[in-house]
Amino acid sequence: MAEPAFAASRRALIDPLGATLAAIVAIAFLFQPLMLLRPNRIAPAQGAFAWEALPGLQPMACGIITALVVLILISRADARLRLAAAVAGLVGLGLAVGSGASHLLPPGSAYARVAPGAGAWLALFALSLATGDALVRLRLSPSGRIAALVVAAGVLAGFLASGLWSDLSVLREYASRSDAFLRELWVHAGLSVFSLLAAVVVGVPLAMLLRRVATLRRAALAALNVLQTIPSMALFGLLIAPLAWIGAHVPGAAALGIAGIGVAPAFIALFAYSLLPIVGSTIAGFEAVSERTREAADAMGMTAWQKLLRVELPLALPVILTGVRIVLVQNIGLSVIAGLVGGGGLGVFVFQGISQTATDLVLLGALPTVAMAFAAGIVFDALIDLSRRQETR
Amino acid sequence: MTPAAPVTPARLPTLLLLVCLMAFLAMPEAFSGLFAPLTRNGAAPIYTQAPLLFLTLNHLALVAAGTLAATIAAVGLAIATTRLAGLSFLPLARAVANIGQTFPPVAVLALTVPIFGFGPVPTLVALFLYGLLPIFETTLTGLTELAPEAREAATACGMTETQRLMKVELPLALPLILSGIRLSAVIALATATIGSTVAASTLGEVIISGLLTGNTAFVLQGGLVVAALAILLNEGFMLLEAIAARRAGRPSAKG
Repeated sequence: MAEPAFAASRRALIDPLGATLAAIVAIAFLFQPLMLLRPNRIAPAQGAFAWEALPGLQPMACGIITALVVLILISRADARLRLAAAVAGLVGLGLAVGSGASHLLPPGSAYARVAPGAGAWLALFALSLATGDALVRLRLSPSGRIAALVVAAGVLAGFLASGLWSDLSVLREYASRSDAFLRELWVHAGLSVFSLLAAVVVGVPLAMLLRRVATLRRAALAALNVLQTIPSMALFGLLIAPLAWIGAHVPGAAALGIAGIGVAPAFIALFAYSLLPIVGSTIAGFEAVSERTREAADAMGMTAWQKLLRVELPLALPVILTGVRIVLVQNIGLSVIAGLVGGGGLGVFVFQGISQTATDLVLLGALPTVAMAFAAGIVFDALIDLSRRQETR
Repeated sequence: MTPAAPVTPARLPTLLLLVCLMAFLAMPEAFSGLFAPLTRNGAAPIYTQAPLLFLTLNHLALVAAGTLAATIAAVGLAIATTRLAGLSFLPLARAVANIGQTFPPVAVLALTVPIFGFGPVPTLVALFLYGLLPIFETTLTGLTELAPEAREAATACGMTETQRLMKVELPLALPLILSGIRLSAVIALATATIGSTVAASTLGEVIISGLLTGNTAFVLQGGLVVAALAILLNEGFMLLEAIAARRAGRPSAKG
């Protein structure tokens, strides 16, 4: 790697991280196509650079904005200016992609598809990192970070609602199946959240029980560890056989929706994967409560319940929340596999897209999944920080 | 979390699992009686479109290649970002590895298909990307949480920077690095299973074929073999970690 040496020698003038990101933005603009044009949704794509994809004076505006963003990122500008530049770059990129799609799409063609090209994705990647980096440098408070997330979601919603992006291929795919999309989105979110809630309801009391019995704890953790190791597709598969049997032989089970294929194996598998992080982090959280704190609670005449609810649980909360965060992000990603066993969720679009070799359909399933996982991560990181503050107060 | 121990009676179940797996892979037909009750309309109880042993070896080869590449890249990156000159890249490297992890594996697989075509290559790319974070994180922890005395002693002995890295820092961090590789390999095993949706010939093929034809016997045997492999792989690495930890003079590796 040449960059570190370079960075060390020019430390005073140039921001090494910013320079790397700026280089990616510049390369994306100059050498990678901004947009991809396909005669139909599964045909091979043809690239169009920014100056080919945009109408009128827009290429020039795009070039000037890119140059300004690059300069600000390279310089040792203060974090607020870097943030403004990165966000301006992102908004500009969003406008350019929408405008390019409308410009490139041949009028009257129902089959042609325009999608963002490698240049747009690279620029998105670098500018998002620059935004994230600037936000880290600003040392936002937890509520500040959530506010930033809400603003970002608002801008994204604005773009989607304004119709600026409606000529993009992903939104074309969405337009032709908007009902199914909303339904699967809810199924996906529901699978991820309810399996997590079930794991919390079972896992936290289980952890408190295991905390008292050392031998049981070792065995239970080892069993959960093994469960965690089993790959998701295998676990979905292993659950299908017994669930099919229950659905066929236990009266009333089929009416509850328990069958070999469907939501049941997906839900149970997600629940099983959620247990280890929840149980593990709850045990760790309670172990972190010092003996002296417990003695103080006893000395104040607290009952066992009071001690649990007012001392131990609040102190263990940050660690428990860390487990919840891991599980939620993991479940949102794993729920995609549910599409394979008939459990629904956004994986339905991903697997349909794979079988039709339609990249846009894959994206329609994948992008909301990534966005959800990312947002869940940010929200829970902020919550963890908040619960830590509560503790030190 | 589970303390890694050398071969003891506690490892007997693992050995038994290994024997069962090898017996099943060597002569799957002998087990057809076990799977027959799960089939309907006289469907075959054992997957025969490709030998299970071949699929298993192919699966493991993909996992090995992907994990090896990820190990080289992640350890290299961790070393580079913990040297003085690379320190300012540390947050970025962390952020990139973290973001990579929020992408669902299926999406990575599906999106690399237009670039590399159907087959094993998209799977390898996904395995590589998914393998990075755990190895990077644990290597970083291993290198940064080293006792300062060890480093000072190495410098006092007149070791050069490179000698210190190769002879002191890396061996001491080895148990942690191995635990990262273990996590990565287990994740890779799962991702390689999903790889068969983009035509990599792995054990996922058996599960998917079972799902498509409604043959629960295929789904079960595919699931069982993959699950057994994952457990064995995990145990194998735990053993390696225990050995490395003993050499590094630690009581046990953090799992």
